[in-house]
Amino acid sequence: MSLGKICACAVLSMAVAAPAMASSQIVINGSTTVLPVMQKAGEAFMAAHPDIHLSISGGGSGNGIKALIEGQCAIAMSSRAIQDKESKAAAAKGVTPVATAIAYDAIVPVVHPDNKIKSLTSAQLRDVYAGKIKNWKELGGKDSKIVVISRDTSSGTFECWNELVMKKTRVMPGALMQASNGAVIQAIAKNPNAIGYVGLGYLNKSVHGLTVDGKEPTAANAISKVWPISRELYIYTNGQPQGDVKKLVDYLLDPSKGQKNVAEIGYIPMPTK
Amino acid sequence: MRNYRFKEAVIQKSLAITATLSLLALLGIVLFLFLEGLPLFSHYSFTDFFFGQLWYPTEEPGVFGIFPLFIGSIAVTVLSSAFAIPLGVFTAIYLNEIAHSNTRRIIKPFIELLAALPSVVLGFLGMVLLAPFLQEVFNADTGLNLLNAAIVLTFMSVPTICSISEDALHAVPGSLREGSLALGATRWQTIRRVVLPAALSGIGTAIMLGMSRAIGETMVVLMCAGGAGILPDSLFAPIRPMPASIAAEMAEAPFRSDHYHALFAIGILLFLLTLCFNIIASRIAEKHRQVGTSSL
Repeated sequence: MSLGKICACAVLSMAVAAPAMASSQIVINGSTTVLPVMQKAGEAFMAAHPDIHLSISGGGSGNGIKALIEGQCAIAMSSRAIQDKESKAAAAKGVTPVATAIAYDAIVPVVHPDNKIKSLTSAQLRDVYAGKIKNWKELGGKDSKIVVISRDTSSGTFECWNELVMKKTRVMPGALMQASNGAVIQAIAKNPNAIGYVGLGYLNKSVHGLTVDGKEPTAANAISKVWPISRELYIYTNGQPQGDVKKLVDYLLDPSKGQKNVAEIGYIPMPTK
Repeated sequence: MRNYRFKEAVIQKSLAITATLSLLALLGIVLFLFLEGLPLFSHYSFTDFFFGQLWYPTEEPGVFGIFPLFIGSIAVTVLSSAFAIPLGVFTAIYLNEIAHSNTRRIIKPFIELLAALPSVVLGFLGMVLLAPFLQEVFNADTGLNLLNAAIVLTFMSVPTICSISEDALHAVPGSLREGSLALGATRWQTIRRVVLPAALSGIGTAIMLGMSRAIGETMVVLMCAGGAGILPDSLFAPIRPMPASIAAEMAEAPFRSDHYHALFAIGILLFLLTLCFNIIASRIAEKHRQVGTSSL
Protein backbone atom coordinates (compact mmCIF):
# COMPACT_ATOMS: atom_id res chain seq x y z
CA MET A 1 0.00 0.00 0.00
CA SER A 2 2.57 2.47 1.16
CA LEU A 3 4.82 1.51 -1.74
CA GLY A 4 2.02 2.23 -4.17
CA LYS A 5 1.57 5.63 -2.63
CA ILE A 6 5.24 6.45 -2.99
CA CYS A 7 5.20 5.40 -6.63
CA ALA A 8 2.14 7.49 -7.31
CA CYS A 9 3.76 10.46 -5.64
CA ALA A 10 6.94 10.03 -7.70
CA VAL A 11 5.03 9.85 -10.96
CA LEU A 12 2.96 12.84 -10.00
CA SER A 13 5.92 14.94 -8.99
CA MET A 14 7.72 14.09 -12.22
CA ALA A 15 4.67 15.11 -14.19
CA VAL A 16 4.60 18.40 -12.30
CA ALA A 17 8.33 18.95 -12.60
CA ALA A 18 8.49 18.21 -16.32
CA PRO A 19 7.08 21.54 -17.53
CA ALA A 20 9.47 23.33 -15.18
CA MET A 21 12.38 21.53 -16.85
CA ALA A 22 11.02 22.27 -20.30
CA SER A 23 14.30 23.92 -21.25
CA SER A 24 15.56 22.45 -24.49
CA GLN A 25 18.67 20.36 -24.75
CA ILE A 26 21.19 20.48 -27.59
CA VAL A 27 23.34 17.39 -27.96
CA ILE A 28 26.78 18.05 -29.47
CA ASN A 29 29.27 15.36 -30.41
CA GLY A 30 32.38 14.97 -32.54
CA SER A 31 35.96 16.05 -33.10
CA THR A 32 38.17 16.37 -30.06
CA THR A 33 39.99 19.14 -31.95
CA VAL A 34 36.88 21.31 -31.88
CA LEU A 35 35.79 20.11 -28.43
CA PRO A 36 37.76 22.60 -26.27
CA VAL A 37 36.28 25.54 -28.19
CA MET A 38 32.78 24.15 -27.81
CA GLN A 39 33.26 23.52 -24.09
CA LYS A 40 34.57 26.99 -23.39
CA ALA A 41 31.99 28.77 -25.54
CA GLY A 42 29.28 26.39 -24.31
CA GLU A 43 29.76 27.36 -20.67
CA ALA A 44 29.35 31.05 -21.41
CA PHE A 45 26.43 30.31 -23.75
CA MET A 46 24.57 28.33 -21.08
CA ALA A 47 25.15 31.11 -18.56
CA ALA A 48 23.59 33.55 -21.01
CA HIS A 49 20.71 31.18 -21.93
CA PRO A 50 19.69 29.31 -18.75
CA ASP A 51 16.78 27.68 -20.62
CA ILE A 52 19.08 25.91 -23.08
CA HIS A 53 21.16 22.98 -21.90
CA LEU A 54 24.14 21.80 -23.91
CA SER A 55 25.33 18.21 -23.71
CA ILE A 56 28.82 18.21 -25.20
CA SER A 57 31.00 15.16 -25.77
CA GLY A 58 34.02 14.36 -27.90
CA GLY A 59 34.63 11.11 -29.71
CA GLY A 60 36.11 12.09 -33.03
CA SER A 61 34.87 13.71 -36.22
CA GLY A 62 33.66 10.36 -37.56
CA ASN A 63 31.61 9.61 -34.47
CA GLY A 64 30.09 13.08 -34.48
CA ILE A 65 28.98 12.88 -38.10
CA LYS A 66 27.73 9.35 -37.46
CA ALA A 67 25.66 10.63 -34.54
CA LEU A 68 24.26 13.47 -36.66
CA ILE A 69 23.22 11.00 -39.34
CA GLU A 70 21.62 8.73 -36.75
CA GLY A 71 19.78 11.68 -35.24
CA GLN A 72 21.63 11.28 -31.93
CA CYS A 73 22.98 14.81 -31.91
CA ALA A 74 21.95 18.19 -33.24
CA ILE A 75 25.46 19.46 -33.90
CA ALA A 76 28.46 17.45 -35.07
CA MET A 77 31.91 18.97 -34.59
CA SER A 78 34.37 18.02 -37.30
CA SER A 79 37.97 18.83 -38.14
CA ARG A 80 37.45 17.68 -41.72
CA ALA A 81 34.88 18.00 -44.47
CA ILE A 82 32.27 15.25 -44.65
CA GLN A 83 33.32 12.18 -46.67
CA ASP A 84 31.41 10.89 -49.70
CA LYS A 85 30.42 7.72 -47.88
CA GLU A 86 29.03 9.74 -45.01
CA SER A 87 27.07 12.06 -47.32
CA LYS A 88 25.50 9.02 -48.95
CA ALA A 89 24.61 7.50 -45.58
CA ALA A 90 23.08 10.84 -44.56
CA ALA A 91 21.04 11.07 -47.74
CA ALA A 92 19.74 7.55 -47.15
CA LYS A 93 18.50 8.62 -43.71
CA GLY A 94 17.03 11.90 -45.01
CA VAL A 95 19.59 14.06 -43.22
CA THR A 96 21.25 17.03 -44.97
CA PRO A 97 24.49 17.90 -43.18
CA VAL A 98 25.28 21.61 -43.51
CA ALA A 99 28.78 22.80 -42.63
CA THR A 100 29.56 26.04 -40.82
CA ALA A 101 33.24 26.92 -40.46
CA ILE A 102 33.95 28.29 -36.99
CA ALA A 103 37.75 28.53 -36.86
CA TYR A 104 41.02 27.91 -38.67
CA ASP A 105 43.54 25.38 -37.51
CA ALA A 106 47.07 25.42 -38.83
CA ILE A 107 49.34 22.40 -38.55
CA VAL A 108 52.98 23.08 -37.77
CA PRO A 109 55.90 20.66 -38.14
CA VAL A 110 57.91 20.68 -34.92
CA VAL A 111 61.38 19.57 -33.82
CA HIS A 112 63.36 19.58 -30.58
CA PRO A 113 64.57 23.11 -29.68
CA ASP A 114 68.21 21.91 -29.88
CA ASN A 115 67.79 20.84 -33.50
CA LYS A 116 69.83 23.03 -35.87
CA ILE A 117 67.25 22.64 -38.64
CA LYS A 118 64.75 25.50 -38.43
CA SER A 119 63.25 25.45 -41.89
CA LEU A 120 62.21 22.81 -44.44
CA THR A 121 60.36 22.71 -47.73
CA SER A 122 57.10 20.83 -48.28
CA ALA A 123 58.96 18.40 -50.53
CA GLN A 124 61.55 17.69 -47.83
CA LEU A 125 58.80 17.12 -45.25
CA ARG A 126 57.10 14.71 -47.63
CA ASP A 127 60.33 12.77 -48.21
CA VAL A 128 61.05 12.58 -44.48
CA TYR A 129 57.57 11.21 -43.76
CA ALA A 130 57.70 8.83 -46.72
CA GLY A 131 60.96 7.42 -45.37
CA LYS A 132 63.08 8.60 -48.33
CA ILE A 133 65.15 10.96 -46.19
CA LYS A 134 66.32 9.02 -43.15
CA ASN A 135 69.13 11.09 -41.65
CA TRP A 136 69.28 14.70 -40.44
CA LYS A 137 72.60 14.92 -42.32
CA GLU A 138 70.69 14.85 -45.63
CA LEU A 139 68.86 18.01 -44.55
CA GLY A 140 72.02 19.78 -43.40
CA GLY A 141 71.82 18.74 -39.78
CA LYS A 142 73.93 16.44 -37.62
CA ASP A 143 74.55 12.80 -38.47
CA SER A 144 71.73 10.97 -36.72
CA LYS A 145 68.64 9.04 -37.67
CA ILE A 146 65.39 10.98 -38.02
CA VAL A 147 62.71 9.72 -35.66
CA VAL A 148 59.47 10.39 -37.51
CA ILE A 149 56.43 11.03 -35.31
CA SER A 150 52.97 11.18 -36.78
CA ARG A 151 49.37 11.23 -35.53
CA ASP A 152 47.37 8.03 -35.79
CA THR A 153 45.87 7.48 -39.23
CA SER A 154 42.28 8.24 -38.29
CA SER A 155 42.81 11.60 -36.62
CA GLY A 156 41.68 14.72 -38.43
CA THR A 157 45.18 16.12 -37.98
CA PHE A 158 46.73 13.15 -39.81
CA GLU A 159 44.18 13.46 -42.59
CA CYS A 160 45.01 17.13 -43.03
CA TRP A 161 48.75 16.38 -43.05
CA ASN A 162 48.24 13.49 -45.46
CA GLU A 163 46.28 15.65 -47.84
CA LEU A 164 48.28 18.89 -47.68
CA VAL A 165 51.82 17.58 -47.21
CA MET A 166 51.96 13.95 -48.31
CA LYS A 167 49.78 14.40 -51.41
CA LYS A 168 49.02 10.70 -52.01
CA THR A 169 52.44 9.50 -50.84
CA ARG A 170 52.15 7.10 -47.92
CA VAL A 171 53.50 7.96 -44.50
CA MET A 172 56.01 5.16 -43.87
CA PRO A 173 54.89 2.30 -41.60
CA GLY A 174 57.88 2.93 -39.32
CA ALA A 175 56.55 6.33 -38.22
CA LEU A 176 55.63 6.55 -34.54
CA MET A 177 51.88 7.06 -34.35
CA GLN A 178 50.82 9.12 -31.35
CA ALA A 179 47.23 9.43 -30.23
CA SER A 180 47.09 13.14 -29.39
CA ASN A 181 48.72 16.53 -29.99
CA GLY A 182 49.92 16.42 -26.39
CA ALA A 183 51.60 13.06 -26.88
CA VAL A 184 53.42 14.36 -29.97
CA ILE A 185 54.71 17.42 -28.07
CA GLN A 186 55.79 15.18 -25.20
CA ALA A 187 57.67 12.81 -27.52
CA ILE A 188 59.40 15.63 -29.43
CA ALA A 189 60.37 17.54 -26.29
CA LYS A 190 62.17 14.44 -24.99
CA ASN A 191 63.87 13.46 -28.25
CA PRO A 192 66.46 15.64 -30.05
CA ASN A 193 66.24 13.49 -33.20
CA ALA A 194 62.48 13.59 -33.60
CA ILE A 195 60.21 15.48 -35.97
CA GLY A 196 56.44 15.69 -35.61
CA TYR A 197 53.48 17.94 -36.33
CA VAL A 198 50.83 19.56 -34.12
CA GLY A 199 48.01 22.09 -34.31
CA LEU A 200 49.22 25.71 -34.10
CA GLY A 201 47.36 26.11 -30.79
CA TYR A 202 49.45 23.39 -29.16
CA LEU A 203 52.79 24.96 -30.03
CA ASN A 204 54.76 25.73 -26.86
CA LYS A 205 58.30 26.44 -25.75
CA SER A 206 59.25 22.79 -25.28
CA VAL A 207 59.34 22.33 -29.07
CA HIS A 208 60.34 24.45 -32.05
CA GLY A 209 57.94 25.12 -34.94
CA LEU A 210 59.61 24.95 -38.36
CA THR A 211 59.05 27.40 -41.17
CA VAL A 212 57.78 25.66 -44.30
CA ASP A 213 58.68 26.88 -47.78
CA GLY A 214 60.01 30.00 -46.06
CA LYS A 215 56.62 30.82 -44.53
CA GLU A 216 56.18 31.51 -40.81
CA PRO A 217 53.49 29.55 -38.97
CA THR A 218 51.29 32.46 -37.91
CA ALA A 219 47.57 33.04 -37.67
CA ALA A 220 47.54 35.62 -40.46
CA ASN A 221 49.38 33.26 -42.81
CA ALA A 222 46.94 30.46 -41.99
CA ILE A 223 43.85 32.53 -42.82
CA SER A 224 45.30 33.84 -46.06
CA LYS A 225 46.31 30.24 -46.89
CA VAL A 226 49.91 31.40 -47.34
CA TRP A 227 50.81 28.83 -44.72
CA PRO A 228 50.67 25.60 -46.72
CA ILE A 229 49.22 23.41 -43.99
CA SER A 230 46.03 25.01 -42.70
CA ARG A 231 42.42 23.88 -42.55
CA GLU A 232 39.01 24.99 -41.37
CA LEU A 233 37.17 23.55 -38.37
CA TYR A 234 33.49 22.90 -38.87
CA ILE A 235 30.27 22.24 -37.11
CA TYR A 236 27.64 20.25 -38.99
CA THR A 237 23.91 20.64 -38.51
CA ASN A 238 20.96 18.89 -40.17
CA GLY A 239 19.83 21.58 -42.59
CA GLN A 240 20.47 25.27 -41.87
CA PRO A 241 20.73 25.93 -38.11
CA GLN A 242 17.37 26.89 -36.63
CA GLY A 243 15.94 27.93 -33.27
CA ASP A 244 18.18 27.25 -30.29
CA VAL A 245 20.84 25.66 -32.49
CA LYS A 246 20.98 28.86 -34.52
CA LYS A 247 21.42 30.87 -31.31
CA LEU A 248 24.43 28.72 -30.46
CA VAL A 249 25.92 28.97 -33.96
CA ASP A 250 25.50 32.75 -33.93
CA TYR A 251 27.14 32.83 -30.51
CA LEU A 252 30.12 30.82 -31.79
CA LEU A 253 30.58 33.12 -34.78
CA ASP A 254 30.24 36.33 -32.75
CA PRO A 255 33.66 38.05 -32.78
CA SER A 256 33.19 39.31 -29.21
CA LYS A 257 31.98 35.95 -27.83
CA GLY A 258 32.63 32.53 -29.37
CA GLN A 259 35.46 33.68 -31.60
CA LYS A 260 37.25 35.00 -28.49
CA ASN A 261 37.14 31.48 -27.09
CA VAL A 262 38.53 30.18 -30.37
CA ALA A 263 41.58 32.40 -29.93
CA GLU A 264 41.93 31.46 -26.25
CA ILE A 265 42.12 27.78 -27.14
CA GLY A 266 44.88 28.48 -29.65
CA TYR A 267 43.04 28.30 -32.94
CA ILE A 268 42.59 31.14 -35.36
CA PRO A 269 39.29 33.06 -35.33
CA MET A 270 37.31 33.49 -38.54
CA PRO A 271 38.24 36.75 -40.30
CA THR A 272 35.62 39.44 -39.76
CA LYS A 273 33.77 40.21 -42.94
CA MET B 1 6.71 -20.56 8.04
CA ARG B 2 5.25 -20.12 4.56
CA ASN B 3 6.54 -16.58 4.59
CA TYR B 4 10.10 -17.83 5.12
CA ARG B 5 9.82 -20.29 2.27
CA PHE B 6 8.54 -17.53 0.02
CA LYS B 7 11.40 -15.26 1.00
CA GLU B 8 13.88 -18.06 0.36
CA ALA B 9 12.43 -18.62 -3.12
CA VAL B 10 12.59 -14.93 -3.96
CA ILE B 11 16.22 -14.72 -2.88
CA GLN B 12 17.11 -17.84 -4.85
CA LYS B 13 15.41 -16.57 -7.98
CA SER B 14 16.94 -13.11 -7.79
CA LEU B 15 20.42 -14.57 -7.36
CA ALA B 16 19.83 -16.83 -10.35
CA ILE B 17 18.66 -13.86 -12.39
CA THR B 18 21.77 -11.88 -11.45
CA ALA B 19 24.01 -14.74 -12.53
CA THR B 20 22.11 -15.11 -15.80
CA LEU B 21 22.41 -11.39 -16.45
CA SER B 22 26.19 -11.45 -16.50
CA LEU B 23 26.11 -14.48 -18.78
CA LEU B 24 23.68 -12.70 -21.11
CA ALA B 25 25.83 -9.59 -21.10
CA LEU B 26 28.86 -11.66 -22.11
CA LEU B 27 26.90 -13.43 -24.85
CA GLY B 28 25.59 -10.12 -26.10
CA ILE B 29 29.06 -8.58 -26.25
CA VAL B 30 30.55 -11.59 -28.05
CA LEU B 31 27.66 -11.67 -30.52
CA PHE B 32 28.05 -7.95 -31.20
CA LEU B 33 31.83 -8.34 -31.62
CA PHE B 34 31.37 -11.05 -34.26
CA LEU B 35 28.50 -9.29 -36.01
CA GLU B 36 30.57 -6.11 -36.39
CA GLY B 37 33.88 -7.82 -37.19
CA LEU B 38 33.00 -10.59 -39.61
CA PRO B 39 31.54 -8.42 -42.41
CA LEU B 40 35.11 -7.39 -43.28
CA PHE B 41 35.84 -10.89 -44.56
CA SER B 42 33.01 -10.80 -47.12
CA HIS B 43 35.35 -8.90 -49.44
CA TYR B 44 38.75 -8.88 -47.70
CA SER B 45 40.52 -12.21 -47.44
CA PHE B 46 41.53 -13.47 -44.02
CA THR B 47 45.06 -14.18 -45.31
CA ASP B 48 45.48 -10.56 -46.43
CA PHE B 49 44.12 -9.43 -43.08
CA PHE B 50 46.23 -11.63 -40.84
CA PHE B 51 49.46 -11.87 -42.86
CA GLY B 52 49.31 -8.42 -44.47
CA GLN B 53 52.33 -6.25 -43.63
CA LEU B 54 50.75 -2.83 -44.11
CA TRP B 55 48.04 -1.02 -42.17
CA TYR B 56 46.63 1.97 -44.10
CA PRO B 57 43.02 1.92 -42.95
CA THR B 58 41.98 5.35 -44.15
CA GLU B 59 43.01 4.95 -47.77
CA GLU B 60 40.48 4.17 -50.50
CA PRO B 61 40.38 1.20 -50.63
CA GLY B 62 41.79 0.57 -47.15
CA VAL B 63 44.75 -1.72 -46.52
CA PHE B 64 44.21 -3.82 -43.40
CA GLY B 65 47.27 -6.00 -42.75
CA ILE B 66 47.60 -6.67 -39.05
CA PHE B 67 50.62 -8.97 -38.97
CA PRO B 68 52.99 -6.30 -37.52
CA LEU B 69 50.34 -5.36 -34.95
CA PHE B 70 49.79 -9.01 -34.01
CA ILE B 71 53.52 -9.66 -33.66
CA GLY B 72 53.82 -6.41 -31.68
CA SER B 73 51.21 -7.67 -29.21
CA ILE B 74 52.88 -11.07 -28.89
CA ALA B 75 56.36 -9.54 -28.51
CA VAL B 76 55.36 -7.12 -25.78
CA THR B 77 53.42 -9.81 -23.90
CA VAL B 78 56.24 -12.37 -24.06
CA LEU B 79 58.86 -9.83 -23.01
CA SER B 80 56.82 -8.45 -20.13
CA SER B 81 56.06 -12.02 -18.98
CA ALA B 82 59.77 -12.77 -19.02
CA PHE B 83 60.15 -9.96 -16.47
CA ALA B 84 56.92 -10.40 -14.57
CA ILE B 85 56.82 -14.17 -14.00
CA PRO B 86 60.10 -14.45 -12.07
CA LEU B 87 59.44 -11.19 -10.23
CA GLY B 88 55.89 -12.14 -9.28
CA VAL B 89 56.53 -15.76 -8.36
CA PHE B 90 59.74 -15.10 -6.42
CA THR B 91 58.10 -12.25 -4.53
CA ALA B 92 55.26 -14.60 -3.65
CA ILE B 93 57.71 -17.26 -2.45
CA TYR B 94 59.57 -14.71 -0.35
CA LEU B 95 56.40 -13.34 1.18
CA ASN B 96 54.87 -16.68 2.01
CA GLU B 97 57.85 -18.89 2.79
CA ILE B 98 60.65 -16.68 4.03
CA ALA B 99 59.42 -13.30 5.20
CA HIS B 100 58.37 -12.76 8.76
CA SER B 101 54.60 -12.56 9.03
CA ASN B 102 54.85 -8.88 9.99
CA THR B 103 56.91 -8.11 6.90
CA ARG B 104 54.35 -9.96 4.80
CA ARG B 105 51.53 -8.03 6.39
CA ILE B 106 53.22 -4.77 5.37
CA ILE B 107 54.49 -5.67 1.89
CA LYS B 108 51.52 -7.55 0.50
CA PRO B 109 49.03 -4.68 0.67
CA PHE B 110 51.55 -2.49 -1.16
CA ILE B 111 51.87 -4.98 -3.98
CA GLU B 112 48.11 -5.18 -4.21
CA LEU B 113 48.00 -1.40 -4.23
CA LEU B 114 50.20 -1.51 -7.32
CA ALA B 115 47.35 -3.35 -9.03
CA ALA B 116 45.03 -0.51 -8.10
CA LEU B 117 47.09 2.08 -9.99
CA PRO B 118 45.12 3.20 -13.05
CA SER B 119 46.86 2.09 -16.24
CA VAL B 120 46.84 5.64 -17.57
CA VAL B 121 49.01 6.71 -14.63
CA LEU B 122 51.52 3.94 -15.32
CA GLY B 123 51.38 4.79 -19.01
CA PHE B 124 52.14 8.41 -18.26
CA LEU B 125 55.11 7.48 -16.09
CA GLY B 126 56.38 5.23 -18.88
CA MET B 127 56.07 8.03 -21.38
CA VAL B 128 57.51 10.87 -19.32
CA LEU B 129 60.09 9.18 -17.08
CA LEU B 130 61.06 5.76 -18.37
CA ALA B 131 61.16 6.52 -22.12
CA PRO B 132 63.67 9.41 -21.88
CA PHE B 133 65.73 7.29 -19.47
CA LEU B 134 65.91 4.36 -21.91
CA GLN B 135 66.72 6.75 -24.73
CA GLU B 136 69.58 8.20 -22.73
CA VAL B 137 71.04 5.01 -21.27
CA PHE B 138 70.76 2.73 -24.31
CA ASN B 139 71.23 5.49 -26.88
CA ALA B 140 68.04 4.29 -28.58
CA ASP B 141 66.42 6.20 -31.44
CA THR B 142 63.34 6.57 -29.33
CA GLY B 143 62.43 5.63 -25.77
CA LEU B 144 58.89 4.83 -26.86
CA ASN B 145 59.56 1.23 -27.79
CA LEU B 146 59.03 -2.46 -27.13
CA LEU B 147 61.22 -2.54 -24.02
CA ASN B 148 59.57 0.54 -22.50
CA ALA B 149 56.06 -0.86 -22.95
CA ALA B 150 57.14 -4.29 -21.66
CA ILE B 151 58.62 -2.81 -18.48
CA VAL B 152 55.49 -0.77 -17.76
CA LEU B 153 53.29 -3.81 -18.47
CA THR B 154 55.43 -5.75 -16.01
CA PHE B 155 54.26 -3.39 -13.28
CA MET B 156 50.71 -4.26 -14.25
CA SER B 157 51.06 -8.04 -14.27
CA VAL B 158 53.36 -8.47 -11.25
CA PRO B 159 50.61 -7.70 -8.69
CA THR B 160 48.24 -10.19 -10.34
CA ILE B 161 50.86 -12.91 -10.59
CA CYS B 162 52.27 -12.28 -7.12
CA SER B 163 48.97 -12.00 -5.32
CA ILE B 164 47.38 -15.14 -6.82
CA SER B 165 50.62 -17.16 -6.49
CA GLU B 166 50.91 -16.10 -2.89
CA ASP B 167 47.37 -17.28 -2.19
CA ALA B 168 48.23 -20.60 -3.82
CA LEU B 169 51.37 -21.00 -1.71
CA HIS B 170 49.44 -20.00 1.38
CA ALA B 171 46.92 -22.76 0.70
CA VAL B 172 49.62 -25.45 0.79
CA PRO B 173 49.06 -27.24 4.11
CA GLY B 174 51.70 -26.53 6.76
CA SER B 175 51.97 -30.26 7.44
CA LEU B 176 53.68 -30.72 4.06
CA ARG B 177 56.43 -28.25 4.91
CA GLU B 178 56.85 -29.69 8.38
CA GLY B 179 57.02 -33.23 7.00
CA SER B 180 59.65 -32.25 4.46
CA LEU B 181 61.75 -30.37 7.00
CA ALA B 182 61.40 -33.25 9.45
CA LEU B 183 62.86 -35.61 6.85
CA GLY B 184 65.96 -33.46 6.77
CA ALA B 185 65.30 -31.42 3.62
CA THR B 186 66.68 -27.90 3.64
CA ARG B 187 64.36 -24.96 3.38
CA TRP B 188 65.21 -24.42 -0.30
CA GLN B 189 64.68 -28.13 -1.05
CA THR B 190 61.33 -27.92 0.70
CA ILE B 191 60.28 -24.90 -1.32
CA ARG B 192 61.49 -26.32 -4.62
CA ARG B 193 60.42 -29.95 -4.28
CA VAL B 194 57.39 -29.79 -2.06
CA VAL B 195 55.72 -26.41 -1.76
CA LEU B 196 56.09 -25.22 -5.38
CA PRO B 197 54.77 -28.45 -6.96
CA ALA B 198 51.86 -28.42 -4.52
CA ALA B 199 50.99 -24.84 -5.50
CA LEU B 200 51.69 -25.32 -9.20
CA SER B 201 48.12 -25.08 -10.39
CA GLY B 202 47.55 -21.81 -8.58
CA ILE B 203 50.82 -20.38 -9.85
CA GLY B 204 50.00 -21.48 -13.40
CA THR B 205 46.64 -19.76 -13.19
CA ALA B 206 48.34 -16.65 -11.81
CA ILE B 207 50.79 -16.54 -14.71
CA MET B 208 48.07 -17.00 -17.33
CA LEU B 209 45.89 -14.29 -15.79
CA GLY B 210 48.90 -11.96 -15.60
CA MET B 211 49.66 -12.59 -19.28
CA SER B 212 46.09 -12.08 -20.38
CA ARG B 213 46.12 -8.79 -18.52
CA ALA B 214 49.24 -7.77 -20.44
CA ILE B 215 47.95 -8.73 -23.88
CA GLY B 216 44.65 -6.92 -23.47
CA GLU B 217 46.12 -3.81 -21.84
CA THR B 218 45.43 -0.77 -23.98
CA MET B 219 46.38 2.51 -22.36
CA VAL B 220 49.96 1.51 -21.57
CA VAL B 221 50.76 0.26 -25.06
CA LEU B 222 49.02 3.24 -26.60
CA MET B 223 51.15 5.67 -24.62
CA CYS B 224 54.46 3.83 -24.29
CA ALA B 225 55.03 1.54 -27.26
CA GLY B 226 55.68 4.19 -29.92
CA GLY B 227 52.94 3.17 -32.31
CA ALA B 228 54.90 2.19 -35.42
CA GLY B 229 53.24 -0.58 -37.41
CA ILE B 230 56.44 -2.46 -38.19
CA LEU B 231 57.85 -5.85 -37.22
CA PRO B 232 60.18 -5.22 -34.26
CA ASP B 233 63.83 -6.00 -35.10
CA SER B 234 65.26 -5.17 -31.68
CA LEU B 235 64.23 -4.48 -28.11
CA PHE B 236 64.33 -0.79 -28.92
CA ALA B 237 62.07 -0.89 -31.96
CA PRO B 238 58.82 1.04 -31.67
CA ILE B 239 55.79 -1.23 -32.02
CA ARG B 240 52.03 -0.89 -32.31
CA PRO B 241 50.19 -3.66 -30.46
CA MET B 242 46.60 -4.44 -31.47
CA PRO B 243 44.73 -2.75 -28.59
CA ALA B 244 46.57 0.51 -29.31
CA SER B 245 45.25 0.52 -32.87
CA ILE B 246 41.70 -0.07 -31.75
CA ALA B 247 41.85 2.65 -29.11
CA ALA B 248 43.50 5.24 -31.35
CA GLU B 249 41.33 4.70 -34.40
CA MET B 250 37.87 3.55 -33.34
CA ALA B 251 36.59 7.02 -32.57
CA GLU B 252 37.38 8.31 -36.03
CA ALA B 253 36.45 5.29 -38.11
CA PRO B 254 33.32 6.01 -40.16
CA PHE B 255 30.44 3.90 -38.86
CA ARG B 256 30.16 0.44 -40.50
CA SER B 257 33.00 1.23 -42.90
CA ASP B 258 35.65 -1.38 -43.72
CA HIS B 259 37.95 0.32 -41.23
CA TYR B 260 35.31 0.00 -38.50
CA HIS B 261 34.77 -3.68 -39.30
CA ALA B 262 38.54 -4.28 -39.42
CA LEU B 263 38.96 -2.81 -35.93
CA PHE B 264 36.24 -5.13 -34.65
CA ALA B 265 37.95 -8.03 -36.42
CA ILE B 266 41.09 -7.17 -34.42
CA GLY B 267 38.84 -7.19 -31.37
CA ILE B 268 37.72 -10.75 -32.23
CA LEU B 269 41.35 -11.84 -32.50
CA LEU B 270 42.16 -10.26 -29.12
CA PHE B 271 39.11 -11.86 -27.58
CA LEU B 272 40.17 -15.30 -28.89
CA LEU B 273 43.70 -14.78 -27.57
CA THR B 274 42.61 -13.85 -24.04
CA LEU B 275 40.05 -16.67 -24.18
CA CYS B 276 42.91 -19.07 -24.95
CA PHE B 277 44.92 -17.77 -21.99
CA ASN B 278 41.94 -18.15 -19.68
CA ILE B 279 41.15 -21.66 -20.93
CA ILE B 280 44.78 -22.68 -20.42
CA ALA B 281 44.63 -21.16 -16.92
CA SER B 282 41.56 -23.13 -15.97
CA ARG B 283 42.97 -26.31 -17.55
CA ILE B 284 46.11 -25.96 -15.44
CA ALA B 285 43.97 -25.38 -12.37
CA GLU B 286 41.91 -28.46 -13.25
CA LYS B 287 44.78 -30.78 -14.10
CA HIS B 288 46.99 -30.13 -11.13
CA ARG B 289 44.23 -29.75 -8.62
CA GLN B 290 45.50 -30.88 -5.28
CA VAL B 291 42.95 -32.98 -3.44
CA GLY B 292 44.13 -33.38 0.11
CA THR B 293 47.79 -34.23 0.61
CA SER B 294 47.71 -37.88 -0.39
CA SER B 295 48.72 -37.46 -4.03
CA LEU B 296 52.08 -35.84 -3.34
